[in-house]
Amino acid sequence: MKNFEYVIKDSVGIHARPAGMLVKEAKKYESRIVIGANGKSAEATKLMAVMGLGVKCGQTVTVTVEGADEDAACEGIRAFLESSL
Amino acid sequence: MMKFSGKPVYSGIVMGNVAVLRDSREQVRRHRVEDVESEIARVQTAIQKTAEQLAELYEKAQKEGGESSAAIVEVQQMMLEDEDYLDAVYHIIRTETVNGEYAVSVTGDNFARMFEDMEDEYMRGRAADVRDISGRLARNLAGQEDADFACMEPSIIVAEDLSPSQTVQMDKEKILAFVTVHGSTNSHTAILARMMNIPALIGVPMNLEEIRTGMKAVVDGAAGEVIFEPTDDQCREAEEKIKAAQDKFRLLQELKGKENVTSDGRKINIYANIGSAGDVGYVLENDAGGIGLFRSEFLYLGREDFPTEEEQFQAYRQVVQTMGEKKVIIRTLDIGADKQADYFNLGKEENPAMGYRAIRICLKEPEIFKTQLRALLRAAVYGNLSVMYPMIISAEEVMRIHDIAEEVEQELKKAGVPYRVPEQGIMIETPAAVMVSDELAELVDFFSIGTNDLTQYTLAIDRQNQRLEDFYNPHHKAILRMIKMVVDNAHKCGKWVGICGELGADLTLTEEFVDMGVDELSVAPPMVLKVREKVRAM
Repeated sequence: MKNFEYVIKDSVGIHARPAGMLVKEAKKYESRIVIGANGKSAEATKLMAVMGLGVKCGQTVTVTVEGADEDAACEGIRAFLESSL
Repeated sequence: MMKFSGKPVYSGIVMGNVAVLRDSREQVRRHRVEDVESEIARVQTAIQKTAEQLAELYEKAQKEGGESSAAIVEVQQMMLEDEDYLDAVYHIIRTETVNGEYAVSVTGDNFARMFEDMEDEYMRGRAADVRDISGRLARNLAGQEDADFACMEPSIIVAEDLSPSQTVQMDKEKILAFVTVHGSTNSHTAILARMMNIPALIGVPMNLEEIRTGMKAVVDGAAGEVIFEPTDDQCREAEEKIKAAQDKFRLLQELKGKENVTSDGRKINIYANIGSAGDVGYVLENDAGGIGLFRSEFLYLGREDFPTEEEQFQAYRQVVQTMGEKKVIIRTLDIGADKQADYFNLGKEENPAMGYRAIRICLKEPEIFKTQLRALLRAAVYGNLSVMYPMIISAEEVMRIHDIAEEVEQELKKAGVPYRVPEQGIMIETPAAVMVSDELAELVDFFSIGTNDLTQYTLAIDRQNQRLEDFYNPHHKAILRMIKMVVDNAHKCGKWVGICGELGADLTLTEEFVDMGVDELSVAPPMVLKVREKVRAM
């Protein structure tokens, strides 16, 4: 299991479109990817759950990855967050 | 065969297929199913179909340059693939052994509520997307083909009633006629029908349950009749009438390029009224001398936030450029009353027609007004643009408008942005403006009389109230005397006067208007040649 933290920089937070892109990215991997924020957590492959976290700009999310391809998944999600959120 | 009579708001006759537009919140019935797995398979097929429709919508939105509407469709596409959403639907079908329509509708409500409860305003707005997608999926499940305008053939639109924001979103190429249960002859559906030269019937006592999308129908505006599933004889009769109307239409086309001049040499300008940049084609096609009223509300309706200065500038520029040297009179925003956009947060009013609307919003919230004025002054560089302010009641208001316009001008000058100060006029649509039109004439370049509101305020008759139509006399002497008074006061100051309300297209008054010295009539594009014919016969 691996995890890391990331501070959201997008001014509107994790809104619908980037959430959708995040879901697409997460679906590329076998590993289970969980996003935690605001005391809640959501599987990164589930769009409405991710949107339901209501993550705003400046908030920290914790990404937890567990599974066979967890190294690649971790890097992939981190790269996505850095470029899009 | 089913035949109904209604009140025609525009004549003309068409034959075609019906598209029933139902309220998207229509109640979904719950019933038990025997075979749960085949119910789930049915849902999966409907999801497939919904995804195809969304893909088509997405492509259409992109092609038409609607960045924001394409993004909305994209979000909906992703929602439709959401695992939690789909699992919830299947779970309800399995545990409650109920139909898919019900499961989808309950799931949609649950997810929408989750978004509605969120703090973030943007996220709360997503509730509408969940409901929209669930409604579409439920309709596809129920086999209702009316889900979509994008995939639709040109049709006769049948509905309980249509709101202005609904009609704004419609693809006009796909509308053959309107037939509604409610509505009044001056509603926006009616105005749209006149613009598009298509028949429209309102107050039709039909039961929408009995009418299906895809049914054949004849709408005869002149007779005030709609026939669903017509007999062969009725079809033949309709075809003959359609042919006669086409012949008449062809004769009218010969007036293109001719002057609007009476036999004794008096001239009048005939311009056209339009409601969106896409209507310019109708103006040119009908050989109008200019645009006498360009309603700028289309930029504000049917969306979630204010249009930006750039967006407005591009829309105005496109219209004035297309019109070349011809005059384009753009009316600043006339939101309020029966034209509502949620993001304005106007709140409920007891009496919206006499409420917070049009120039009153602009003067109270000058930032909204200044954005539009900046876009207008910038677009004026590209053609013969004029600006017109609605709902004026006093000279003080006009002076405040001039101050704000002056500020905008200075800001543009300072920023080095190219602009031109256009001709500026006002709408005369309140009895107050009529009574002080002598003072107002000194402050503006022109008047345009908005007869719809002027009539409603003068006669104290609500134009949307069907029960009052018997009391509504558009030729009331009070109105005609007011028009005369306005014309005289304008001419004393050397200013010109137009009429841009529905009365301008009333052929029984054309002669009286020319006699009064009205300088311009602005009418729905399909009326331009008819008014020209009338003037030339005088």
